[in-house]
Amino acid sequence: MADVKCAFIVQRPQYKGETSRLAMTHALSYQTVEVLLEDGDTVTPSLCFVGEGILGISKGQNAIAPYGINSSELHAKNCLLVDMDVYVCKEDMERFGITEDQLPDAEDMGAEKKINVVPFAQIEKIMEEAKHVLFF
Amino acid sequence: MGVLTMGVFPGLVGSGCYDFALKLAGAAADKGHVVNLWFSGNATVSVKAHQKHLKDYSTGEKYLVELMEKGVEICTCEACTVSRGIQKTESIAKIQWNAMHWYLSKIHSADRVLQIGGE
Repeated sequence: MADVKCAFIVQRPQYKGETSRLAMTHALSYQTVEVLLEDGDTVTPSLCFVGEGILGISKGQNAIAPYGINSSELHAKNCLLVDMDVYVCKEDMERFGITEDQLPDAEDMGAEKKINVVPFAQIEKIMEEAKHVLFF
Repeated sequence: MGVLTMGVFPGLVGSGCYDFALKLAGAAADKGHVVNLWFSGNATVSVKAHQKHLKDYSTGEKYLVELMEKGVEICTCEACTVSRGIQKTESIAKIQWNAMHWYLSKIHSADRVLQIGGE
């Protein structure tokens, strides 16, 4: 029985690039990975947005009309809904002029978790504590 | 010997990252390591069978078949692949098709993970 901690680091903007979205969908799959693992084994992801990666998670997105796809806001909310730890770099938010009230929550979906705005030093700590770090 | 799991996301054409990933996977398998390859994003296009290996163009098929003969496990993201119009019946034989949790399960058992990011 073992838990493997993975840090998913999103550093690229959303839309017209695919990897940032794939970071979220891959992290979300921790919910079903147990069907392929031994009893008691788990994977615990932490999802961290840094640099330009923070640009795609503002609330109020409408990606259906222009692109015909789900918004990255919806994916971020789904991550909160399944109790994933989601972090956004405080320094990068200040750099891009994004405030905490512009970040989505998933209260309307029944989620208890919220996005954590943290200094980059804390994201470094998350990476140090993870067994594997995946950059998207 | 160790277990190496690689997530390969870049397309076959457009960067050298895909080729690097396959070369590294082959080198690790030759040394006796267990190697798992997960294809997602544009990398999934390379699982289509019957690629013609013209010398002026990159190809995936020849190298993927060689890797599987060495025991490398290769799995493509089913959603990424079908979204690009490639069906399972058109796939290179013995390449697995699964959901993203396949990658996480191979990460769980890996000593080292390399995430080769894509577009």
